[in-house]
Amino acid sequence: MSNAEPVLRMEGITKIFSGVTALSQVDLALARGEVHALVGENGAGKSTLIKIMTGAYTRDGGQMFLEGRAVDFRTPEDAQAEGVVAVYQEVNLLTFRTVAENIYLGREPRRFGLIDWKQMNADAAALLKRLGLDIDPRAPLGSLNIALRQMVAIARGVSFDAKVVVLDEPTSSLTEHEVQILYDVIRRLKAEGTAVVYISHRFDELYTVCDRVTILRDGRFVATRPLAGLEKIDLVCLMLGKQREELRQGTTAFKGATEAAAGETPLLSAENLKRGRKLNDVTVEVARGEIVGMAGLLGSGRTETARAIFGADSVEAGEVRLEGKTIKRGSVNEAIDSGIAFLTEDRKAEGIIPELSVRENLTLAALPALSTLGVVSRARQTEIVDKFMKRLGIKAANADQKIRELSGGNQQKVLLARWLCKNPKFLILDEPTRGIDIGAKGEIQSLVGELAESGLGVLMISSELEELVEGSSRVVVMRDGQRVGELRGDDISQANIIRAMAEGTTGEATAASTATAHVTDTTPPAAEPPSVPPAKGA
Amino acid sequence: MSQAATTIDEGGSAHGRLMRARFASFAQRQGALIALVAVCVFAAIRYERFLTEENLVNVLRQNSMLGLVALGMTFVILTGGIDLSVGSLMAVAGVAAATLAGQGALIAVVAAVAITTVLGLVNGVVIAKARIQPFIVTLAMMIAARGLVLAYTGEKSVGIGKSSETLTSLGRDFVGPVPVPVVFLVVLFALGWLVLNHTRFGRHVYALGDNDEAARLMGLNTARVTIGVYALSGALAGLAGVLDAARLGAGRPVAGQGDELNAIAAVVVGGTLLTGGQGSVLATLVGVLLLGLIFNVFNFEGWISPWWQAVLRGLFLLVVVIVQNRLSRRK
Repeated sequence: MSNAEPVLRMEGITKIFSGVTALSQVDLALARGEVHALVGENGAGKSTLIKIMTGAYTRDGGQMFLEGRAVDFRTPEDAQAEGVVAVYQEVNLLTFRTVAENIYLGREPRRFGLIDWKQMNADAAALLKRLGLDIDPRAPLGSLNIALRQMVAIARGVSFDAKVVVLDEPTSSLTEHEVQILYDVIRRLKAEGTAVVYISHRFDELYTVCDRVTILRDGRFVATRPLAGLEKIDLVCLMLGKQREELRQGTTAFKGATEAAAGETPLLSAENLKRGRKLNDVTVEVARGEIVGMAGLLGSGRTETARAIFGADSVEAGEVRLEGKTIKRGSVNEAIDSGIAFLTEDRKAEGIIPELSVRENLTLAALPALSTLGVVSRARQTEIVDKFMKRLGIKAANADQKIRELSGGNQQKVLLARWLCKNPKFLILDEPTRGIDIGAKGEIQSLVGELAESGLGVLMISSELEELVEGSSRVVVMRDGQRVGELRGDDISQANIIRAMAEGTTGEATAASTATAHVTDTTPPAAEPPSVPPAKGA
Repeated sequence: MSQAATTIDEGGSAHGRLMRARFASFAQRQGALIALVAVCVFAAIRYERFLTEENLVNVLRQNSMLGLVALGMTFVILTGGIDLSVGSLMAVAGVAAATLAGQGALIAVVAAVAITTVLGLVNGVVIAKARIQPFIVTLAMMIAARGLVLAYTGEKSVGIGKSSETLTSLGRDFVGPVPVPVVFLVVLFALGWLVLNHTRFGRHVYALGDNDEAARLMGLNTARVTIGVYALSGALAGLAGVLDAARLGAGRPVAGQGDELNAIAAVVVGGTLLTGGQGSVLATLVGVLLLGLIFNVFNFEGWISPWWQAVLRGLFLLVVVIVQNRLSRRK
């Protein structure tokens, strides 16, 4: 786009973590005064790339040029000193220290060896003013709200005479109003000629503030495009690695689920769930025997919906009912007791207890039912463990093998069994087949199908479109924390899901539309903010 | 959303929060001061000898060694660490100074403090470089240093005797009406205040205790700060040990036993948070004096046995910490 030398140019960047290639031959060029979006699904390599850019990781291959000069950042301090700074998602600042101290930590101005507080506060005040922020530099950071803390973090970044500022999901904890303050700061940085790398999952933000976008997938460079003129559907296709024309079918073990009879009271209904900007008025209904798929890009609110239904996050508004009975908000215990089960996305962190045996992992949740006065009945435990190991085809040497020695697929089956032995009525599966080999994947998929046939209601979140298309009786599509569409029957296809992810309009997401909601194949609404024109270069 | 908007838009609300935060930290700091004043008033009314120069100077002198140890401990605790080795290091320094007394007071003092500074440095290096918890590292130093000094002396005190009058004068003489150890106490607390509030090292001590991960990500050399505070703690414990030996005219291998815990108690009572990042040297000074005066009151009462005194002091410490916790949580 610009003939001038980019501020920062990365070429053929490769990074290998203990034999696994995280990045392979990735290119990125940032122009002066450009806001450059970096997007990609899980494992795309975004964070690895920015960590290499800002010196947190060292690269295993490729070259990096800052204003045409080859550079090599060994540590974040190196990168900072050269004006390449990252502002991370979780604000990493000092709560009890003042705003000025946070900005100038390690570089405090001094007179006669003592800190020159007056100078430091004046410098900080000038810097904050330059960014259009009304913050007292002498206030302890802890007295500011999250948004302003984040602005302080950005101010610290800018105070290094930053040429490149990386913002990693800067809006994830901000409210709509606070996002505007951030946009304002970004526009000022842009006007000063700073290049901004903007990582976000929210399309509305990308199209509002970014000039160009670089798409990564599975650690590889896919494309760099100006955002103006790039259709959302093409962006989604690039992210997911799908051709717009050829979307295939027929690779999963689902038999094609049946749609629930109309008119029946739903087994589960979650209505108007709201939680900040992460969930905005989301409604989902699942009938007995139905598998409802949930589609959406990373950060679209899929997992947040599941967690809200399960009571793991408290919502600001909304209601969850199972068989017509309301479940107390934010109470996991009550959700479990009334028959909701939740197989989380992250097996390792939230599921298995690696050092315990298959037997113990499987019966963990059922122990109270298997115990008399706190003593576990070994016989009954064995009975249950045998039953589920057979039924789910869990492959282990024996029930006393440590679970960490099992394959991912078998671990997942044990976790599924853990929930099933509590006889749930409603099952939430978050990425049930991620990281599992093809064979076990098929087994889990057909198992889910059987469970639904036996009368369970299932909500299945998945990034694999084939899985959703073939496994679901209906597919709910999420984007930017909202439900943007629902597909049923013959409308369920990869192409339609992608279109809904990209273009599904917000107006469609109201509760009233659940009954008949098909994807509204309309043009983007008039309210769509115009894209910022690409930077003109230096 | 509208709530968030208000907090940003209305300067008054942000200002109000700032004032509340300041008040809470004021109350936290001044809680100990208020208690100190209350104890003074109580004692002044009840015991007529309390407000005499002799009694007050005595209280100050008796607590000046502990005060120095607590000063070093303040730096350590502000980083979120703990130093259990200071009691043993006092004995090491006292015995070292007494042993070297014949070489002249200056050499004896400098060498003794240098030895404990190095031992403190060892603590810091192991904690910072090997990333082992300060509790364990300094516990090991506490046991080993005590063992070393007991082995070296054969469990007997090393007399300073007449070999260095200058050395013993450090513990016994006065500058005007003020005992020399008290002069050390005042000067070093003033220096400590200056360092903590007006030097990079001092601010980085606070930063480390506030959020060590953030401090590291912001490019601070956290290892250097960590090593610095343990070396400083060792040095101050050494000086306290030397003054103690000078006052008693002998380096005792059992000196300072339990003083690490008294120092921690003083720091905490003063209002410095054990989790680090918040507190001050002035708070510690108040904490030291408060615990010292309570001891003084027990002595005036006379009828409370040392065991019951210990029970009461333990309860007092607990109450103070609970109150502080409440106050800091209110923020």
